[in-house]
Amino acid sequence: MSSPQPASRQRPKYVDINLLHLPMPGLVSIFHRISGVAMFLFLIPAVLFVLQGTLGSEAGFNHWKSVFAHPFAKLILLGFVWCYMHHLFAGVRYLLLDVHVGVALEPARTSARVVLAAGLIATVLVGVRIW
Amino acid sequence: MVNAAKKIPVGAHYGWKDWLAQRVTAVIMLLFSIAIIGFFMLKGGVTFADWKELFRSQLFRILALMFLLSVYYHASIGIKDVLMDYIKPAGLRIGLQVAVLLFLLGCTIWSVTIIWGV
Repeated sequence: MSSPQPASRQRPKYVDINLLHLPMPGLVSIFHRISGVAMFLFLIPAVLFVLQGTLGSEAGFNHWKSVFAHPFAKLILLGFVWCYMHHLFAGVRYLLLDVHVGVALEPARTSARVVLAAGLIATVLVGVRIW
Repeated sequence: MVNAAKKIPVGAHYGWKDWLAQRVTAVIMLLFSIAIIGFFMLKGGVTFADWKELFRSQLFRILALMFLLSVYYHASIGIKDVLMDYIKPAGLRIGLQVAVLLFLLGCTIWSVTIIWGV
């Protein structure tokens, strides 16, 4: 673990941070991770805050209703709708992979495309609904 | 030298509980999500009275809390995995993991007070 390896320590590092260079399943995976962290940091406290406000009083309910009527709030909401739906669909894909469904390369690539598309389509549907 | 033959890294079943819990909580959240999305699609506009009535049902309260507890358990495992991947200094990592757990514990208590405070 901590044994000194000066030769290997000095090797140049190349980190490709362009997400578009990833294959489809890699893209699904990193978005699964990013959406998960984003929801942990922002969506969990936000949902509790809104839940408390809307259940507390009718005035609070109407306040949040008017907040979510604002286009900017709708945009943020849609961002989290995408996070939730992408995370959900990608999660279902992982559950299927766990039980050895679609493990081969081609089905895995196809299901990755389906997951990316499903997350986007669900977001668009919610967008149409709330606009 | 470490005797490699004697070291069985899976001997204590490191991680399998987390792995399983993450999947069980995922299925609970999936089922609740389908139910709640279905409810909102069928219901259309939700008034304050509808909203309050929903949360006055003891069954819904329990299901909602089960969903939220699943979220917190699921998140604690997921964030731990992310921290283990990216945060190398042990002290910082443990500090962040403790902060995450305390935050989620706080969310759990807050959730109960919200749901049973209606």
